[in-house]
Amino acid sequence: MSEAVLEIRNLGINFGGLKAVQHVDITVNKNEIYGLIGPNGAGKTTIFNMLTGVYKPTEGNFALFGEDLTGKSQRYICRSGIARTFQNIRLFNNMSVIRNVMVGLNDDPQLKCSVFSSMFRLPTHFKTEKAMRQKAKDILAIFDLLEERNNLSCNLPYGKQRKLEIARALATSPKLLLLDEPAAGMNPNETAELMETIRKIRDMFDITVLLIEHDMKFVSGICDRLTVLNFGTVLAEGTTEEALNDPEVIRAYIGG
Amino acid sequence: MEQIITTIINGLSLGGVYALIALGYTMVYGIAKMLNFAHGDIIMVGGYTIFVFMNATGNPIIAAIFAAVVCVILGASMEKLAYKPLRGASPLAVLITAIGVSYLLQSLSQIIFGPTPKTVIVADLGVTKIGNVTISNSSVLTLILTVIIMIALTLFIKMSKTGRAMLAVSEDRDAAKIMGVNVNGIITITFVIGAFLAAVASLFYLLKYPSISNTMGSMPGIKAFTAAVIGGIGSIPGAMLGGLLLGVIECIFNSFSEIAPYTDAIEFGILIVLLLIRPNGILGKKKREKV
Repeated sequence: MSEAVLEIRNLGINFGGLKAVQHVDITVNKNEIYGLIGPNGAGKTTIFNMLTGVYKPTEGNFALFGEDLTGKSQRYICRSGIARTFQNIRLFNNMSVIRNVMVGLNDDPQLKCSVFSSMFRLPTHFKTEKAMRQKAKDILAIFDLLEERNNLSCNLPYGKQRKLEIARALATSPKLLLLDEPAAGMNPNETAELMETIRKIRDMFDITVLLIEHDMKFVSGICDRLTVLNFGTVLAEGTTEEALNDPEVIRAYIGG
Repeated sequence: MEQIITTIINGLSLGGVYALIALGYTMVYGIAKMLNFAHGDIIMVGGYTIFVFMNATGNPIIAAIFAAVVCVILGASMEKLAYKPLRGASPLAVLITAIGVSYLLQSLSQIIFGPTPKTVIVADLGVTKIGNVTISNSSVLTLILTVIIMIALTLFIKMSKTGRAMLAVSEDRDAAKIMGVNVNGIITITFVIGAFLAAVASLFYLLKYPSISNTMGSMPGIKAFTAAVIGGIGSIPGAMLGGLLLGVIECIFNSFSEIAPYTDAIEFGILIVLLLIRPNGILGKKKREKV
């Protein structure tokens, strides 16, 4: 049927003696919106950190379109096509909105410009700058952030900062987008709008999305399939409906 | 009145030299999060390079170009050999290493050139008289070139890919890495720019004080560091402002013969008072504690 984008096999990491994540297997198919849920401390963000090269897994591996990326550098992984947002927003606060997105475009192979030509302001410099600015504007337009493009990112309201993080991640032209609690702190209207935006960018950019979220309405509204984690291991997986109705999952969430 | 104008122009040109050095301190601090105490000694290396090539060719432009090349290579290799292996080490270890590099460079220069100071007249540009005001042309040249370099640097940082990446790394190194920014490359570029500015500063410094010694980098180095802290360390406009301010203050106090011997003490005193009032410097940003 459809092609596997991300294959995680037996992934695990120890911090000292603590097994934070172990024996995790996940396969995410092309253009899927895949959810990773679980109680606090279940190891969801740790998995994201491994997938983006922040932590080196101590066991297992993961591959993007068949290419093994286990233990590669953050930059290599970004170039291979995995981009992410952060649970606690980590924008470049003292830079304008558009410049945040332009940092994401920094490694774009079509927007090359040597330090030398920037320093001496050669024609390539101006051409690249113009192209980058345009591309950044195109991305900002999708998120309705075009008007605020010259504001400092720290002055944006919270919901818009979350959107800008997604825009900045998209600028790295990812094939797989990891969203860490994209709806956290949003009101129901903003959440509904965010669902639309995520679907829209998936179709526009032909990408696959893996997301962490606590808002169950959001999860059941947008995710095709889910993996539920608890204490660093997989508790359940399947289509969203199956996974959410699993008695084990209900027990883990409600307790008892 | 004439005296005041001359003093201020001399002050601004000395301040320009401090600002060029301070930029190296502040950029490296902002981006690599370390204090490169060997930065002042790059000026000394630039000084000796100018000395060697002035004796060999007699052409100040060739000497200046070679000084820039030698300093840039020194800056890049300093980073590569001494600081890069310590990335992620405790700041104290990096600080001690920087002091070590500083002593290494001073001792090497003593082995090669001996401990006696050398004199080099780079160029005699003469003076210009406008009415009763006498201005040395080298001061004017220093001031003009410094302003041009500062504008070019600001444009580079604000309006280029590399400059944006530098700002991003200084704000959040890990997030920048995840966005695909080549952090090691950016840090190397920062050291190279800093070393280049130090080479330019050494040329201008020699135009003012034509004596080269093993420790000639220490005093301007410390003054420039003071300027960077006064302006707000990590802030590029802060380093420029701090440098110019310190240069003008120094020249004003030096013009009164009774106060002149205490000028250095007054400058560092200003630093202490300013840090009491504004701990982050004039243009430094307050770090907000997040709960």
